[in-house]
Amino acid sequence: MEEEKSFSDICGGRLALRRRYYSPYCREFGLSSPRLSLRSLTAVTCAVWLVAYGLFTLCENSMILSAAIFITIIGLLGYLHFVKIDQETLLIIDSLGIQMTSSYASGKESTTFIEMDKVKDVIINEAIYMSAKPRLDCLIEVYRSCQEILAHQKATSTSP
Amino acid sequence: MVLKAFFPTCCASADSGLLVGRWIPEQNSAVILAVAHFPFIPIQVKELLAQVHKASQVQVAVLGTWCHRRQEPEESLGHFLEGLGAIFSHDPWLQLCRERGTRFWSCKATYHQLQGTPTEDQVMLIFYDQRKLLLSWLHPPTALPDCQAGETTASTGGLADIFDTVAHSEVLFRNDQFDEGPVRLSHWQSEGMEASILVELAKQASGPVCLLMASLLSLLSAASACRLWKLWPLAFIRSKLSTCEQLQHRLKHLSFIFSTQKAQSPMQLMRKANMLVSVLLDVALGLLLLSWLHSNNRIGQLANALVPVADRVAEELQHLLQWLMGAPAGLKMNRALDQVLGRFFLYHIHLWISYIHLMSPFIEHILWHVGLSACLGLTVALSILSDIIALLTFHIYCFYVYGARLYCLKIYGLSSLWRLFRGKKWNVLRQRVDSCSYDLDQLFIGTLLFTILVFLLPTTALYYLVFTLLRLLVITVQGLIHLLVDLINSLPLYSLGLRLCRPYRLAAGVKFRVLEQEAGRPLRLLMQINPLPYSHVVHTYRLPSCGCHPKHSWGSLCRKLFFGELIYPWRQREDKQD
Repeated sequence: MEEEKSFSDICGGRLALRRRYYSPYCREFGLSSPRLSLRSLTAVTCAVWLVAYGLFTLCENSMILSAAIFITIIGLLGYLHFVKIDQETLLIIDSLGIQMTSSYASGKESTTFIEMDKVKDVIINEAIYMSAKPRLDCLIEVYRSCQEILAHQKATSTSP
Repeated sequence: MVLKAFFPTCCASADSGLLVGRWIPEQNSAVILAVAHFPFIPIQVKELLAQVHKASQVQVAVLGTWCHRRQEPEESLGHFLEGLGAIFSHDPWLQLCRERGTRFWSCKATYHQLQGTPTEDQVMLIFYDQRKLLLSWLHPPTALPDCQAGETTASTGGLADIFDTVAHSEVLFRNDQFDEGPVRLSHWQSEGMEASILVELAKQASGPVCLLMASLLSLLSAASACRLWKLWPLAFIRSKLSTCEQLQHRLKHLSFIFSTQKAQSPMQLMRKANMLVSVLLDVALGLLLLSWLHSNNRIGQLANALVPVADRVAEELQHLLQWLMGAPAGLKMNRALDQVLGRFFLYHIHLWISYIHLMSPFIEHILWHVGLSACLGLTVALSILSDIIALLTFHIYCFYVYGARLYCLKIYGLSSLWRLFRGKKWNVLRQRVDSCSYDLDQLFIGTLLFTILVFLLPTTALYYLVFTLLRLLVITVQGLIHLLVDLINSLPLYSLGLRLCRPYRLAAGVKFRVLEQEAGRPLRLLMQINPLPYSHVVHTYRLPSCGCHPKHSWGSLCRKLFFGELIYPWRQREDKQD
């Protein structure tokens, strides 16, 4: 069962929360950030090249222009690979654990898996760790689902 | 709780048979290691499992049945499989079934309670790649700083148990379904045993080679530890030169690599491999440097350039001293002291220049022979370069020591006489400042000396400042070279290469992916290995270095500079060795 809802983050941008119920004890929440806009990319590139052209007219050294192109390409690749997070996913599997995946714009995925023994409880802390920065209503949604599963897990583990 | 069944992906296409594996009751999970095919005799299966249990301490048992229906469903097979549950009693009894035409399996887990009515449980299927799990080493994130990854015997947590189970069941994987043994098994080696001729040859050859190298290296170590080196001038020179330090470090590495003891743990094995790769890379880079130096008569060019450079440096120093002897930066110096110090240092430089000119015919030969030592490794060549710089700037070091001692003496004299000025004294017994009554003539002489020292302070301080700055410059250059040597020594290249090419061998954990699902069918997950990040690899596997880092912080360095105490940036290197 899949559901998609639209929330807004603390800066006012739009975020999409995607909920998937695979089974009564396995749920996945995906939060996707807005994509890289062409407008901002063009603006930054133009600014960098204007500065480089200005330096070139001062120094008459063509190395500056090639250096500017090089810096732009490397900077863009670095930004896409290390900084720009496309989507964050939280997968809860009863009696196995909780897995958090961040996927970057260049396709890189970084995953953390926490075993259920090490999870005492899920709480809402200040949302400074998630790069998507959702508002409280989105977090409450996720929090309620997590608590449902944890409660269910505790009930079945204590029963013989 | 849901029952978790870990199923190897290689057995998904195997024929019907029995599921052989380990049941972990604390986590309600069944780790399936292999499938035993029909026909078999139950007694022989039980014997094989007992053998495996004795050899590997892993409690393997028959966990259930596996049914792969390639054709139309056969009812007889179904009843036969049900009957097997009575022969191999295991609680819970798993029944996995795969039908033709659908990707989804049907799983059943039956618990036989004592009361007699069997209860069923929900099953969650988790697929794993057996070969990758067998070869990988789990690095627990909560490992203490002292304990090494891979050496923890008490594994905590469910995942470590699963890794251990698969890793220790190697005995089970020795027979496969094409062997003529009593039981035919299917597991990751079912396509045939994996082996490599080169690896086997290397293993056979490593014994005698290690023996030979170990004996050679022990001879070398004995020669270097003999009493001749402990005589005073040699021992002193040896402790000052960084080349000897580096050579000894490398000797230690080599004797560790070629020791005839087998590696006790994966950590030791990785260490050996890292050291070997580091030594090989070092020697390769050294040979490259050697070939570059000896081509195009570079040595000759270098030797011809060396003497003019030394001359130039001495000339610049002379200009500097002339400047100091005049009115440097508009400051008024004490003429007499200035002339004395200036002439003293100028004479030193004159001696130094004569010495360099005396050596100049031999420099090319010396450089040529020293350049040959680059074949021992790039680190040795860099250490020699650092030592040459230290020798060539020896006069700067001497000037710094003279200036610092003079300044230090002055500062201590001033502080003691300042106390006398105020009527106090330093009590050595009580280690504190006490009041004291002085005689009139003591006070008179003390005050005179105090004024003299105060007025001579700017001159000495200026000389001290200039020579300390020069010395710091030389130390910075030497420090950079040592940093590079340290980097080559301690970077774990083998581990980084392993992380790049075979990321599943260094595992930080696992990650799960939910596979396509159908309502009413059990949940299917794929378990993959989450590789260790590069920063953790470097942090865990870095080799111990020479330990030539400065022992004091910036604050204590500034304090020492202010009081004129001599600074030795890399003294007591021996204390930091592992």
